[in-house]
Amino acid sequence: MTHGESAAQVSQLTTRMLFLVALLSSAWLLWSGIYKPLLLGLGALSCLLTCYVARRMGYFDSEFFMLHFSVRLLVYLAWLAKEVVRSSLEVSRIVLDPRLPISPTIVDIDATALHPIDRAILGNSITLTPGTLALDVHRGVIKVHSLTLEGADALMSSGMERRVAALRKT
Amino acid sequence: MAVLTDVASWLLLSLGGVFVFIGGLGALRMPSLYTRMHAASVTDTLGAVLIIAGAILQAGFSLAAIKLALILLFLLLTSPTASNALASAALLAGVRPDRALPWRAERSE
Repeated sequence: MTHGESAAQVSQLTTRMLFLVALLSSAWLLWSGIYKPLLLGLGALSCLLTCYVARRMGYFDSEFFMLHFSVRLLVYLAWLAKEVVRSSLEVSRIVLDPRLPISPTIVDIDATALHPIDRAILGNSITLTPGTLALDVHRGVIKVHSLTLEGADALMSSGMERRVAALRKT
Repeated sequence: MAVLTDVASWLLLSLGGVFVFIGGLGALRMPSLYTRMHAASVTDTLGAVLIIAGAILQAGFSLAAIKLALILLFLLLTSPTASNALASAALLAGVRPDRALPWRAERSE
């Protein structure tokens, strides 16, 4: 605990951490369905470890659930699923091609206008899509490695960062 | 009806297996670390989705089906995170994406 935190902040932090531990514990109990001392002990240990790691990452310092479930999110996920399928087939075609027609390319995606959480969503979406891989984020610019030149162009013209930015607008 | 579910499930499982195989083959054929990662990501997206969808059809309406769906969700959330960690670790360790390749990228901007 860093000094300089007021009593109110500490109590808010404690509430949030207790909430997370309760959520994780109930998830563990529901999903394992086996109540032996060893498994319960491991469960308690992993819940506490998760909570500690989340605290170190600053998870409790910001708003609790940043991303609200909405129709817009579902539309984005459907679009992403379509992109994942399309690019999976494309990468598979390249792998099976005897000539292995790859043209590795690096492009920069400007995400300076995005909220840090949106940057994480964008980076993960890029990496999840086969054929494009987020290498690094520096000052809001995401460096993307693409398997082919066409893949890089497709990513640039797909407007993925625009779609991610639209998720937050209310 | 059970036959239909079985057929659909086996189709999904086999197709998923094909994509996992392609991912593995690609990881062998590609020339560098980053390009291998592209090929491997076919395995944990389309491959995983198809195989788990096939397994859900086998499980039917049960707790197992819900668990499988959650496993898929967590897989889709964690695999890009792991890939990002691997890629940025490689970049930090000095694996240059364009130097590790047999030829240079045609356009690097």
